[in-house]
Amino acid sequence: MAKTGEELYNERKKRVQDAIALRVPDRVPIWFQDASFFPAKYTGITFREAMYDSDKVFAAYKKTFLDFEPDIFFNPGHALHTPGDALDAVRCKQVILPGQGIPVNHSFQFVEAEYMKAEEYDEFINDPTGFTICKYLPRVYETMKPLQNIPPITGLLLGYFGMPLSAGFALPEIASALGSFYNAGIIVQKHQAKAVAFVKEMADLGFPLACGAITLAPFDLIGDTLRGLRGILLDMYRCPDKLLAAIDKVTPLMIGLALAQAKASGVPGVFIPLHKGSDGFMSLEQFAKFYWPSLKKLMLTLIDEGLTPCPFFEGDHTQRLEYLADLPKGKILGFFDSTDIYKAKEIIGKTMCMSGFMPLSLLQTGTPEKVKAYAKELIDVLGKDGGYIMGPKSAMDEANPELVKVWFDFTKEYGVYR
Amino acid sequence: MSKELIDAMVNMREQEAVDLVKKMMDKGEDPMKILGACKDAMDAVGKRFEKGEFFLPELILAGEIVRQISEILKPKLTGEFKTKRLGKVVIGTVKGDIHDIGKDVVVFMLDVNGFEVLDLGIDVPPQKFVEAVKDFQPAVVGLSGFLTLAFDAMKETVEAITKAGLRAKVKIMIGGGQIDDEVRKYAGADAYGSDAMEAVSLTKGWIGGA
Repeated sequence: MAKTGEELYNERKKRVQDAIALRVPDRVPIWFQDASFFPAKYTGITFREAMYDSDKVFAAYKKTFLDFEPDIFFNPGHALHTPGDALDAVRCKQVILPGQGIPVNHSFQFVEAEYMKAEEYDEFINDPTGFTICKYLPRVYETMKPLQNIPPITGLLLGYFGMPLSAGFALPEIASALGSFYNAGIIVQKHQAKAVAFVKEMADLGFPLACGAITLAPFDLIGDTLRGLRGILLDMYRCPDKLLAAIDKVTPLMIGLALAQAKASGVPGVFIPLHKGSDGFMSLEQFAKFYWPSLKKLMLTLIDEGLTPCPFFEGDHTQRLEYLADLPKGKILGFFDSTDIYKAKEIIGKTMCMSGFMPLSLLQTGTPEKVKAYAKELIDVLGKDGGYIMGPKSAMDEANPELVKVWFDFTKEYGVYR
Repeated sequence: MSKELIDAMVNMREQEAVDLVKKMMDKGEDPMKILGACKDAMDAVGKRFEKGEFFLPELILAGEIVRQISEILKPKLTGEFKTKRLGKVVIGTVKGDIHDIGKDVVVFMLDVNGFEVLDLGIDVPPQKFVEAVKDFQPAVVGLSGFLTLAFDAMKETVEAITKAGLRAKVKIMIGGGQIDDEVRKYAGADAYGSDAMEAVSLTKGWIGGA
């Protein structure tokens, strides 16, 4: 008799929890990690539709999960697929969307820029909220430009004496800026309601959700969305103290962001995509000084709160493994990309559950034999005595569905612990 | 003072390097000689990068120091600074991909290793590579890409070069994010490199150079 959704849910959840806790599960779990646009490709909707039509993207994900049966999944609703029309409503300058200057079947791309200037560190550190409202939003969202002229919010601390400031808000351009934010918010609300329903439906069908929150490493927050790569790397030389002070300032903010989302979702996994601290980006000394302490603090605090940090170690982190080995045992699910699998197993195999490592090149351009051979090596090396979840190196936008099927089937068959 | 300048540049003492150049100019130093010192400093920065002592912050800051020095020298420069070039390389991030970091590092390293590099930028259509191969006549073409969509874009670019009858004239290397030997075979490139140093050694292998 076929298993019920509840039975499947519990079986898969236990399998994944065993892997994360470094116990040997019944078999190596497998998932898409961030399936990204793969479900769109697989079901034949365009990448643009995946970003603009919530019903279509959730239907695409549902069909994909039912056909491939991953042990856990990533919610497409909260991370990459912020609805395109919400971004359009505020005329977001930070992303290029499919069908807007790039083909409809291309992934969206992040446009990194200097949204905070080097000389604005003090202003940011003294008042991150004010900076966000009056400087950041106007620079990132075209429609929010008028917010640069709003009266100082803290003036309202004057109590009723501050009331005259309201006149500065009652301007048509401010109303229009806030109106665009309202419009975006309504679109996101509708999308989120569908996302919640999707997660519930998937749970009923037997698929547990991996992460209920997303946050950034404090260094990456400053580097990705405020200063840009070039800016933040120059700051390491030109104004290291200010950079470190800004990192200190945003660390509790990144923790709070994760806690609030995790509380709302009730799911312990917190996705932390890491971008600028890998081997090659900076020296180990620079990593130890600028990147690691705040990230470690973030992860330790989340663990103390009963959550499971899920950092994505994008790129190669082989030189950083000794630092990773310092983290609490069995409390983290790390996603890996190009890190050396042998060194990873040797140095953190007894402390951190690892996911990933499967080359996208094989899943996109390989053969069934090569896919199986590499998956076998991953299971043999990383899956030895548990602690490994089969997954791709990075977002699976263009994978070949036939090869993905081979990969899933092989893992479920060969990955059984006997 | 050239030696002091090189030392300041290589050790990332930005302000000191810029001040030194101003002082040298005040004393009537030949701007060509200062440019020569800059080149020596950049070569040393490249060497340290190869050895794994320097990383992106140092490459970016070194570039920034040179930019400031060039600004100071510009009004006084009479001729062009000529340096011996080993051979030509055309490089770009393939169509559909706007990532530039990896490509920029490769350009920097090829440049300090004595190659003349034409950087076509990001989101470069196959036809633009074809035209660059015709006009610039490089011995090597470097295709960069971070996203998985780059696999097909690289394949299309190699095909376009082949179709134009130029494939035999160039060696093609690829690199970036998810690029590996599987993608090299898929795209029909001659080699792939996992970092900028491999791009340099591949180029040296094809063109020559110490």
